[in-house]
Amino acid sequence: MGYPIEMQESIRKLEATRAFRLQQEIPRLTPEEKTRLLEQCHPDFRPDGMRSVRVGPNKGQRMQNELVDILEAYSRIDPDRVDLSRIDYDVDVLVVGGGGGGATAALIAHENGARVLLATKLRLGDANTMMAEGGIAAATQPNDSPYLHFLDTIGGGRFQNKRELVWALVHDAPLIVEWLKDLGAMFDTHPNGDLVVSFAGGHCRRRVHSCKDLSGMEFMRVIRDELWNRRVEVLEFSPAVELLLDERGRCAGAILMNLETREHIIVRARAVILATGGIGRLHPNKFPTTNHYGATADGLVIAYRAGARLLHMDAIQYHPTGAAWPEQMLGQLITEALRGNGAQLVNVHGERFINELETRDVTSSAIIREVRDRKNGVRTPTGMEGVWLDTPLIDIRGGVGKLDRMFAGIVHRFREYGIDVHKEPILVFPTQHYQNGGIEIDPEGRTDIPGLFAAGEVAGGVQGRNRLGGNSLVDIFVFGRRAGQAAALFVREGPSPGKLTLEHVRRYHRELAAEGIEKGRVSPLLLPDYTRPEVKERRYS
Amino acid sequence: MGESLVPIYIMGKRYEVPEGLTIMKALEWAGYQLIRGCGCRGGFCGACATVYRVPGNFRIQVGLACQTPVTPHMTLMQLPYFPVNKAIYDLDKVGSPLETLLQLYPEATRCLGCNTCTSVCPQKLQPMYYVAAALRGDFARAAELSFDCIMCGLCAARCPAQLVPYNIAIFVRRYYSKHMRPKPQHLKDRVAEIRAGLHDQALAGIAAASEEELKKLYLEREFEKL
Repeated sequence: MGYPIEMQESIRKLEATRAFRLQQEIPRLTPEEKTRLLEQCHPDFRPDGMRSVRVGPNKGQRMQNELVDILEAYSRIDPDRVDLSRIDYDVDVLVVGGGGGGATAALIAHENGARVLLATKLRLGDANTMMAEGGIAAATQPNDSPYLHFLDTIGGGRFQNKRELVWALVHDAPLIVEWLKDLGAMFDTHPNGDLVVSFAGGHCRRRVHSCKDLSGMEFMRVIRDELWNRRVEVLEFSPAVELLLDERGRCAGAILMNLETREHIIVRARAVILATGGIGRLHPNKFPTTNHYGATADGLVIAYRAGARLLHMDAIQYHPTGAAWPEQMLGQLITEALRGNGAQLVNVHGERFINELETRDVTSSAIIREVRDRKNGVRTPTGMEGVWLDTPLIDIRGGVGKLDRMFAGIVHRFREYGIDVHKEPILVFPTQHYQNGGIEIDPEGRTDIPGLFAAGEVAGGVQGRNRLGGNSLVDIFVFGRRAGQAAALFVREGPSPGKLTLEHVRRYHRELAAEGIEKGRVSPLLLPDYTRPEVKERRYS
Repeated sequence: MGESLVPIYIMGKRYEVPEGLTIMKALEWAGYQLIRGCGCRGGFCGACATVYRVPGNFRIQVGLACQTPVTPHMTLMQLPYFPVNKAIYDLDKVGSPLETLLQLYPEATRCLGCNTCTSVCPQKLQPMYYVAAALRGDFARAAELSFDCIMCGLCAARCPAQLVPYNIAIFVRRYYSKHMRPKPQHLKDRVAEIRAGLHDQALAGIAAASEEELKKLYLEREFEKL
């Protein structure tokens, strides 16, 4: 297959400028230039992309439309029909979510003596963690420090991050790298055994530790294997559809649904850790997404109904380099580590237009400006537009073999479509990647609701309004561990849970009704629905 | 995608779907809402292993539904789950790694050398060779050869000797990474510094800085060269 003729013409222009571009220095933007570019081109600033939510703890605040739709919705269950006296599982800690954050929290809570149940919507490990390519940021090098990591992270977050969370993040990051190494994760190393580190946008030092371009997958399968070894109980295909509180407003469990039999499962727990991930499958602003099939914001919905506050839910991350060709790969992640190792962004005329190591919000905006405003995009036969990511530069800069050594996954996936990334560039366009905000937490993962903890992408405040590359894998493990420890401690020292109740759901329903929001829409969504309207129309029953 | 529709057979039942869709998107186009057999949709998670046949070829073919385009008259079935033997072990209590491997997975020696595993691997790995390397005690080689494994289950499903190559491989990789590769000095040093509280003061200082100060420090950062 490969590239069609008209795209090949542009590739020749890119090849013609390569020698010049290798020498070309593009200065970083000033704060004023950044602000202007974001306001002009970042999808968060589209006036019709967001609206105010009319109910709940964040009432009156603007959020992404697709999220407001499911917050302004009724529960999937009728609280009056649920028999809360029939308890199926009675545990110390219920972890909801089977990605890197949830699996870590479960492992650590178990290590700290808690009886743990991990419930997840799909399989254990079916999560965005599995798809994280680039790696994990941590200041482990002699020329680096947690201080510099703090500065990069908070500047990248436009200074809106909760500082105590950033502190925890950068402080624990090297400890997490050691923890993963001790679990048997196969990090990339130099011949002398030192860890290989790469750049990611917005970091002033090389500090992203990788396991080829399958870093998240490596961490996830190692932690999952360890959970299995410790025989931690796991319920797959059993998403949480509502939290349970007790009469004093403490979190006391959850209602799960068996996705295959549609039965509900009542779990009483002395603490609950939400690690349900992000929002990508709601497709904010109709963007394609890099996210996992299950990323439907379920945790945000059930925590919000129970009274937890959300933070920065008007800040969505669009990754600069989603695949724009071939069509079958549309929106899939092309790791930032390629840019971190010297791949450049190039327009249809063979010109660079931004320093490739700017933060993601800025780089994505620059690509959108290049394509939409300046009309310098490369057009595919299906009408999609994008810019080139000049991958052959990696071997040119780093020596033949570097692409194969560090980016075997990318090489393999494009080869399937007849594209040789050693010789040809990749066509990219921004794709939804991450929810920067989430449920507000403190450094121990505690939320506003006693007994309810959150960790990873579902939690907010760590990343401010824009996350840096490499900072998500470290986030899920740092706060997964902290939440696991804190929950186990809470179980040991906190009072016993009282009587289970769904009163908060009834109250939320009354609030919806008072705002004139009609019944009909229910949430959480659980699974995205890609059924064509033509098929739906003919489902008469 | 192209306008033309092609017939495919989902578990034997005919549907017409646009040419060029992946198997996963074709299932959804046909009207399926997937619960099993769909995960990351990007070739990482191994949830969507699929077996199929095409006319004129007697062989069973395999692929990931999220990565494999449909072709006319393809007959397919997903294999979202396959029951396998996963041994329980404590990575810190492994004595001789090879002996342990043979205790955990004694069936590993039953490999017939038929290489069916290689022919079904959607990642184009060679499970027979990494299992052989592991059995020789060459864990480094086995770890390297098996690294891209997504644990989709296809090799285990087809192995006539009933091995589970990927569970052998993850034990080998974890043992190798933890015990056979030294912990780098720079990591040990940094962890020791953090545990001794040597970075606390700097972090407390910057966490207490005014926003103006932070912005100034941020602008003044010096970048390591690419």
